[in-house]
Amino acid sequence: MITVELVKLLRRPRTWISVVLTCALPFMVAVFITITHLVPPPGQGSAFLSAVLQDGALYPAAALALVLPVFLPVAVAVVAGDSIAGEATGGTLRYLLVRPVGRTRLLVAKLVSVTVYVLLVVLAVTFTAYATGVFLLGPSVAAAVGQAPGVPGGAAGGSAPGLAGQAPTAGQAAGGAVTSLSGAPLSLLQLTERTAGAIAFITVSMLGVAAIALFLSTITDSALGSTLGALAALVASEVLVTLNAATVVQPYLPTRYWLAWIDFFRQPVFWRDIQRGFGIQAIYVVVFLAAAWANFSTKDITA
Amino acid sequence: MIITRALIKRYGAVTAVRSVDLDVREGDRYGLLGPNGSGKTTLVRMLLGLVYATSGEIEVLGRRMPRHAREVLPQIGALIEEPAAYPHLSGRANLTLLDAAGPRAPGGGFAGKARRTRRHRVDEALEQVGLTGVGRRPVKAYSLGMRQRLGLAAALIRQPRLLILDEPGNGLDPRGIRDLRELLVGLNDAGVTVFLSSHLLAEVEQLCTRVGVLDSGRLVLQDDLAALCAPTGRIVVDTPDADRVAALLDGQVEHRDGQQLLVRYSDAAALNTRLVGAGLRVSSIGPQQRTLEDIVLSVTGAGSDQIS
Repeated sequence: MITVELVKLLRRPRTWISVVLTCALPFMVAVFITITHLVPPPGQGSAFLSAVLQDGALYPAAALALVLPVFLPVAVAVVAGDSIAGEATGGTLRYLLVRPVGRTRLLVAKLVSVTVYVLLVVLAVTFTAYATGVFLLGPSVAAAVGQAPGVPGGAAGGSAPGLAGQAPTAGQAAGGAVTSLSGAPLSLLQLTERTAGAIAFITVSMLGVAAIALFLSTITDSALGSTLGALAALVASEVLVTLNAATVVQPYLPTRYWLAWIDFFRQPVFWRDIQRGFGIQAIYVVVFLAAAWANFSTKDITA
Repeated sequence: MIITRALIKRYGAVTAVRSVDLDVREGDRYGLLGPNGSGKTTLVRMLLGLVYATSGEIEVLGRRMPRHAREVLPQIGALIEEPAAYPHLSGRANLTLLDAAGPRAPGGGFAGKARRTRRHRVDEALEQVGLTGVGRRPVKAYSLGMRQRLGLAAALIRQPRLLILDEPGNGLDPRGIRDLRELLVGLNDAGVTVFLSSHLLAEVEQLCTRVGVLDSGRLVLQDDLAALCAPTGRIVVDTPDADRVAALLDGQVEHRDGQQLLVRYSDAAALNTRLVGAGLRVSSIGPQQRTLEDIVLSVTGAGSDQIS
């Protein structure tokens, strides 16, 4: 069944269109930066963007930061929200179930397929951004042991804007290595490891979104409803994250630690928020999948 | 084959199926009739484990449903309301995916052989429903009738012992309906039990050996079609000499409508001889048989889409 779901995912034009569109945004940004050599000043704009003129190799990180707030969650919510509800609307759900495909098995296969999709998008963005970065912006010409102030932990209490505030000040010279956000040099191996860490973190964050959308997808027969429902949950979370009055609930919000993967690029890696981010997403994934299973396995299929 | 006992389904305050005792025997071509909204689809969905009964028991192929769905469903081919397929894929790709989604086929063997036997099964099913020629065309380019045929092919792909078909004639043109009838009769002759629901009386009358009639969720009638439509022991006589015939057969004429008389008489041929012998003209004569339509309309009320 898992193979069947993967074939369905990969043979669907939508999958590839969404991947291409998601990769197109960072590419467009890179083209503009290459032409104008204008980047946001350090501390403003999307994370890493101010440093990419010095380090093309940092562009994957910058690209992920660009697509994370909207493109990725939208793409994931569309695919996950469609997973059960789309089959119900199309009528194929009842034919799958009488084949028979066990309801639990179908749910697991859908989850695997959504996970593969998330990895596909994230990896596609990373690799196209790396290529873009190296070819357009140039390899790390000016990696540096900069004197940037980013003390690890300084960002710990901060919310999203605070983290962006730690974005690298332009590293000054001294070739070879990429500058970490904290100003210390990163070897290529370290950079690769940390990018892999960031990819893992972002993937898990997106699985949190996917779990919410999948749950909603078992409740309604409208794919649009479950997708928008999941996005509405994210928007609500974003609003609360920046609201001082909501401090009490902030540690439990799904988007609270979304940007914690930036901490992978500090020297040394600042683990606290990363661990909390993994933890909170794991809880969201487990809770919403359990709810999805409980609902789906006892539901009357009338569509 | 299919037995239900006191089967009830409630959706909130609405009771869709009220204590139905269905009995479909092996080898039957069973037609479930009923007006729109009488509970046919809910009943079919319960048999297939898609909808859970509020109370009552279901036994399909000798096993309890939905508890033994895993063993029972692979032996069933089903068409539930409209057919459905992934529109961007071809009919063949759809069947292949659907077949692969189900349990491993018996005697599948290793991967390469399994794939070959699957391709063989798909080809065979497409041929059975007359869709061999459509090739790579995506399903979204199919006509309604082609989709219905594809849905049937999906039901047939694992050579089921029991076919459960909800409104199988929908969307088919007259030729398609005849093809369907021939296909189902052929399969039935080969030992497949056919259970279908329909609101098309003519379709059921021509195809089925046994009928059940649902009305507002109740099974108001269940019997062999031959028994239901057996001669009523009355003869219908059409004659221009209606008055004289009525006078001759005084007391035996039950009903008169212009030139048509309904006569209580055992044998049409004997009656004919008697009338002609008396010098009376007979336009037509034959035993009265109730049509399925008469029977169904006599036991059902208005459909749910009719506000009364």
